[in-house]
Amino acid sequence: MNTTRLAVASAAALGLLLATACTTDEIDDPDTQETAAGEEGGDDWFVQADYERQLEQREIEPEGDPAEPWLQAIDPDWVDTSEFALEGGDATVCFSNASVSNPWRVTGWITMQQQVEVLQDQGLIGEFRSSDAADDDDQQISDIQAFVDSGDCDAIIISPSTTATLTPAVQAACDSGAPVIVFDRGVNTDCAVTFIHPIGGYAYGADGAEFLVDNLEPGSTVLALRILPGVDVLEHRWAAAQEIFGDSDLEILGDEFTGGDAAEIKNIVTQYLQRGEVDGIWMDAGDGAVAGIEAFEDAGKPYPVMVGEDELSFMRKWDETGMTAIAPVYSNFQWRTPVLAATMILSGEQVPSEWVLPQEPITEADLDEYLERNADMPSLHYAKFGGEDLPGFPDAWRDR
Amino acid sequence: MTSERLSTTALIYVALAGVLAAGGAAVAVDGGNLFSTANLVDMLTRTSLTGFLAIGMTLVILCRSLDLSVGYVAALSSLVAATTMDGAPGNVPLGIAAVLLVSGLIGAANGAIVAFGRVNPFIATLGVGLIIKGYLDTEYKGPAGDVPAIFQQFGYTRIAFVPVSTIVMLCLAAAGIWFLRSTRTGHHMYAVGGNIDVARMSGIRTHRTRITAHVLCSMCAGVAGMLLAARFGTGSAEAYTNLYELDAIAATVLGGTLLLGGRGGVAGTVAGVAILAVLDTVFNVMQIDPFAKDVLRGTIIIAAVALYARRQIDRTARRPRFAAAGTGRP
Amino acid sequence: MQRARSAAAALLGGGTGTVFALLAVIFAIVFAVNPGFFQAASLMAFLKQAAPLVILAAGQYFVIVSGNFDLSVGALVGAQVVIAARLIDGEEARTVPVIGVMLLFGIAVGLVNGLVTTVLKVQSFITTLGMLLVLYGAIRLWTGGAPTGSLSESFRVPGRMGIENVPLLGQVPWALLIMIACGAAAIWLMRTRFGRVLIATGDNDLAAELSGARVDTVRTAAFVLSGLSATIAGILIGGFAGVSAQVGEGMEFTVITAVVLGGVVLGGGQGLVVAAMAGALTIEALFTLFNQLALPASLRPSVQGAIIIAAVAYAARRRMRPAGQTATPS
Repeated sequence: MNTTRLAVASAAALGLLLATACTTDEIDDPDTQETAAGEEGGDDWFVQADYERQLEQREIEPEGDPAEPWLQAIDPDWVDTSEFALEGGDATVCFSNASVSNPWRVTGWITMQQQVEVLQDQGLIGEFRSSDAADDDDQQISDIQAFVDSGDCDAIIISPSTTATLTPAVQAACDSGAPVIVFDRGVNTDCAVTFIHPIGGYAYGADGAEFLVDNLEPGSTVLALRILPGVDVLEHRWAAAQEIFGDSDLEILGDEFTGGDAAEIKNIVTQYLQRGEVDGIWMDAGDGAVAGIEAFEDAGKPYPVMVGEDELSFMRKWDETGMTAIAPVYSNFQWRTPVLAATMILSGEQVPSEWVLPQEPITEADLDEYLERNADMPSLHYAKFGGEDLPGFPDAWRDR
Repeated sequence: MTSERLSTTALIYVALAGVLAAGGAAVAVDGGNLFSTANLVDMLTRTSLTGFLAIGMTLVILCRSLDLSVGYVAALSSLVAATTMDGAPGNVPLGIAAVLLVSGLIGAANGAIVAFGRVNPFIATLGVGLIIKGYLDTEYKGPAGDVPAIFQQFGYTRIAFVPVSTIVMLCLAAAGIWFLRSTRTGHHMYAVGGNIDVARMSGIRTHRTRITAHVLCSMCAGVAGMLLAARFGTGSAEAYTNLYELDAIAATVLGGTLLLGGRGGVAGTVAGVAILAVLDTVFNVMQIDPFAKDVLRGTIIIAAVALYARRQIDRTARRPRFAAAGTGRP
Repeated sequence: MQRARSAAAALLGGGTGTVFALLAVIFAIVFAVNPGFFQAASLMAFLKQAAPLVILAAGQYFVIVSGNFDLSVGALVGAQVVIAARLIDGEEARTVPVIGVMLLFGIAVGLVNGLVTTVLKVQSFITTLGMLLVLYGAIRLWTGGAPTGSLSESFRVPGRMGIENVPLLGQVPWALLIMIACGAAAIWLMRTRFGRVLIATGDNDLAAELSGARVDTVRTAAFVLSGLSATIAGILIGGFAGVSAQVGEGMEFTVITAVVLGGVVLGGGQGLVVAAMAGALTIEALFTLFNQLALPASLRPSVQGAIIIAAVAYAARRRMRPAGQTATPS
């Protein structure tokens, strides 16, 4: 039949092309898997060693000026970058962004652009090119390739959309000879000059989970709200929380995917409240936390012990209601670091090979301070955005 | 019929040339060169993935069906390919076979639900897509499998400035054109899409035709999934979040295939895919804000379809569903 | 008289019966799992959060029954919530004028969808897909990527509050009353000449046109009604849960599924608006059931997909014989 004929034809065409393919260029490094974590996907996100290291890193005093946390580094291993030193400044820096599809990334992207303007005024960066992949891995691979092919980039900054899938593209970018800077989510290759990230998802998830364990009576009930499955940074948060809940006497009522949609969150929490008591809420990201809190108000139930995020509408609600809560932080100020690192590398200064930025939750004690500092900022802005000293402050963030 | 179809197809290639010229001019004003090697590579690379999906989509749309599951099938296929190959070059043929088998079976299910179950294709394929999504979410919490370097070539190698994946896509398109023009099943697809009752009465086995279209469409999505695996070096369930199905439908319709079925062809679809790819590259080179990109994309898709929709619809959309009225029209 | 007969036929023969049966079965299982759900407070909460989808389904029904699609409603709901937050910016006095602006915006979007579809002859799938992209991008361009401003307390009343201390029921949500009002209006509209022309248009536009119906006008009006329903749904959702960046995402697929589940035939001409709204309630009930059964979240799409396909296939099977005759125009 035609179906099979076409199938055979296409398979044959594929095979033929593959046979002849080796005559051409690029991507032939099979050693991209040399670093850890390459094969772990599929069933379990939990890596004990990473988990323990991240929990330890929370206690380590970072090197550098605490007033500039985006330049601090935890336990850095400095590497020489003199091979990338560029005469005369005015470098072309290229940035492949995964997306600006959520408020956290929107806030960070503004901060990065403001930092770039400063560096451009100083003459350190000439042209700043960016592309946005709208969360599509394949698109981002094309974007990175386009940067490499253009041959104009003196440094390439990559904020990968998904860890494993972008590894070959990042490897190709490294092979082009330009220094590569990876930040936020990582990749399974250490070819980048520096990989910049806050402590990580395990620490984030643990901060909230430990807070619930400490502030709830044994036997209390906790509902976990998650955005979506399959994203490593989010899965790590949940894996750490499960680890901690597993050792506690808390009862986990369920874990639900909400898509970060406020209506969905409020709906789910309302349904759980109809079925029984909910004493605590753990969230893998604070988007829509306010809607979750409102569900308690509308049901006439006492406020839960709440794990939110340093997103302002949550922090303001927290302040208003005086509830028991914590705001874990996935340091938004990390968006400043990559461009600063690019200029450091291009002037031959040392950078940490893995640049671990501090990541500290906002607690009751410093809530007022952060609300004060962000008084002018809109909802869905992140308190630890770290751009207060940039010349565009506050207008660039307020009138985004 | 062939000449009419050609004229519509020709019109689409004129549109493609227009988009290329306008895009080239816009980039030139901006101080760049749209036709530099790097940008050509970028454009062609962008055509492959949507191309595979849109070629298959063209077949089902011709049959007056639709496939909203292709994004999920592609994601699943990337995982099937990567986990079957599992880093061993010797497993590559097995991986390809497994993908084509799995995707073909899903297509058969789609087709059977549409044909025998009489479920509207929108719902049938959306439902199948959801079933696959649930499976992926449960089974794969992230990337899995390992694609051997030899197969990664499918995603990365290029001959001069033409990526291998684009060549494969064009071969598949050529096969699709031949299939629709020269095989009986191909002709039947137009008949089924034009008027399924008339087709049935004139002895066409309409169920088999529609199921064939769905099987081929899903297998094309399987090839797209293999391309994803080759480019990712692993399989990724997350790929379904990108709404590739809507891109594929947009490209198909942009290529002059009528959503109501019975009109259009793969040649036009390739041009439709190319138009979208050129736009994406132009936006990228000119660093258009990602949100402005969506606005422009939406507007251009509507405008382009509007440009040639009118005459096409006048001539064809009034299917003889109400046969006696045909003579009453001017 | 004839209307009553055709309504009865639809009830017995098609998806209408199926959807009510399915709704009853789902509620029965919910009751078995958790009898507490049928306390007044839980039921009212359920209806409150279901109201926006039910209203959207009524709007989508008009478009579908006239033979089109509206894929832009999800993006429109999201846009309306963001517009409200930005324009109101926490000031009570602006609430009413801003709601006026939103209604105008909803009507305008519907009008554009309708005119592009009818005058420019762009297939509605593409028109509204383009509109989806335009709205998604434009609203984010306008707010810099994430919603700004905040809603006033009075804006939130319809979606969040209700009439307190009603005997037996406790709080009766405004959303429920608005839903009933919208439903009644939709049923009334379908009983007017407009409704009959709409159905005739969807069933056979050529025949309708020949018998003097203004086909393009009613189709455009259907899109306007859909835009209006999205606006009302936006007001209720924004009121219910406040502003978030993801509001409305994917709702277009949910609502089309709901309408089809209600036995309304994609392609037009068949189905009842009550059943479309019941379809929306059924979808919401299904999500509630998943929650009550504590079904693993990752598995839910699969179950949802399978149930939708089964329900629509079952309805199609029952409709087969009676529907064979509908091709004859009256």
